[in-house]
Amino acid sequence: MLTRTRAPAQAPSQVQTGLGSVCLRDVGKTFAARRRGAAPVTALDGLSLDAGPGEIVAVVGPSGCGKTTLLELVCGLTEPDAGSLQAAPATLMAQRDLLLPWRSAVDNAALALRVAGIERAAARTRAAALLRDFGLEGFERARPYEMSGGMRQRVAFARTLLSGRTVLCLDEPFASLDALTRQDMQDWLAGTLATQPRTVVLVTHDVEEAIVLADRVLVLAPRPGRVVATLDVDVERPRRRTDARLVALRERALRELRA
Amino acid sequence: MMAAALVLVLLGSWEAYVRLGGIDEIVLPAPSAIATALHDDRALLWSNFTVTAGEIAFGMLVALVLGLACAVAMHFSDALRRALYPLLVSSQTIPIVLVAPLLVAWWGFDLTPKLAIVALVCFFPIVVPTLDALDRVDPDLRKLMRTFGASRWQTFRIVEAPAALPGVLTGAKLSVAIAAIAATLAELAGSDSGLGNLMLKAIPNFETARAFAAVLVLSAFSMALFGLLALAERRLLPWAHQTRGTAQ
Repeated sequence: MLTRTRAPAQAPSQVQTGLGSVCLRDVGKTFAARRRGAAPVTALDGLSLDAGPGEIVAVVGPSGCGKTTLLELVCGLTEPDAGSLQAAPATLMAQRDLLLPWRSAVDNAALALRVAGIERAAARTRAAALLRDFGLEGFERARPYEMSGGMRQRVAFARTLLSGRTVLCLDEPFASLDALTRQDMQDWLAGTLATQPRTVVLVTHDVEEAIVLADRVLVLAPRPGRVVATLDVDVERPRRRTDARLVALRERALRELRA
Repeated sequence: MMAAALVLVLLGSWEAYVRLGGIDEIVLPAPSAIATALHDDRALLWSNFTVTAGEIAFGMLVALVLGLACAVAMHFSDALRRALYPLLVSSQTIPIVLVAPLLVAWWGFDLTPKLAIVALVCFFPIVVPTLDALDRVDPDLRKLMRTFGASRWQTFRIVEAPAALPGVLTGAKLSVAIAAIAATLAELAGSDSGLGNLMLKAIPNFETARAFAAVLVLSAFSMALFGLLALAERRLLPWAHQTRGTAQ
């Protein structure tokens, strides 16, 4: 059985008109063998995931558990072989910032608006306003190579928000940053999502990042990727990393991962 | 500094070798004799230079237009890529020395066969780095554009074409280096003017210094073109030299 429903792509000009949701039921995805004679690779098997409007769902798991495949499914970059999938228009933010090196910060942030056919001046105005909110005032015209990793990641996040997609898929967004910057960026992301709510599917290796940010954490096991535990994080925001409940949840998630 | 010193040493030993070794200046003129020829024949050199410079510039332009069109077509269509790549490679195995006189016989003594030969030689070094740069665009960038709802054409215009520019410039720089040889060869095959033609006429007339002066003018022009392209690269693509670390 395979059904797929996808809400009609919403023009990025109508940003923030309601929040989308994501619903995966028993989704499977198998890739054909790369070499002749090798067995096909089952990336995901019977995976279910729900992210209601405005919810932040984190997915943690070791390498090879199909996390990236999961996000590509949600973004419509690939189709499932089995199960059903419903997703509002989603966009992807990766570990690498993927900023265009020849474009300034503001033009990178405005990328999706330009793709949607919005005029350069209008797109720049909106992107510049968001960059200011993100503490990047004065760096609007800087090129990516002139900015630090944390700044570039904020530009990438501005670009993601301005795409007008109601679902954000974050693929290890802070994995390439140093530990201190990573914590700052996690706190910053939590604050940004508090003021500009989005439905988020966050994929990460970092259990603490998942617990600090998410409403619910799915623990995946590899080969084939499947959910082995679901942890609800019923802790009010803003959260402190040292909160006993968060620490306990982190221990539990780590135990599940090692099981 | 080092380069200038090296050139001076080389010129000095050349001059000394010719003077002290009693070398006939019909075989090898001394740098001073070449300098004299450069000055005395400046009008002649200039009028022939403009002909050859035109052949090089327009021939490269033709190669650039056709080469870019070809690279883009091959980038968009796998079928075209499979069909064109063997032809491209085989075009490089054509012995220009042999084909040049045939093209002259076909098209006559005017500009057309020279443009064809320069373009034929410059085409390949433009197509390959351009296509390579288009292929090396990060697949994740293409995915990102798809999640933004970008069309194939938008992805090309916004992401792939700018990313391929360094490749285009590399190809153009490689072409400049060989375009002068191609133009000279074309003129040797049949022409009534140009620096190659001038060399061809100077040598049987025992005006070797004049031929050397023509070579000097030609290589100076090539170096100037190369420098211009390198400057354009630094001006237009500052990011290309400083992105290591941005996109990993």
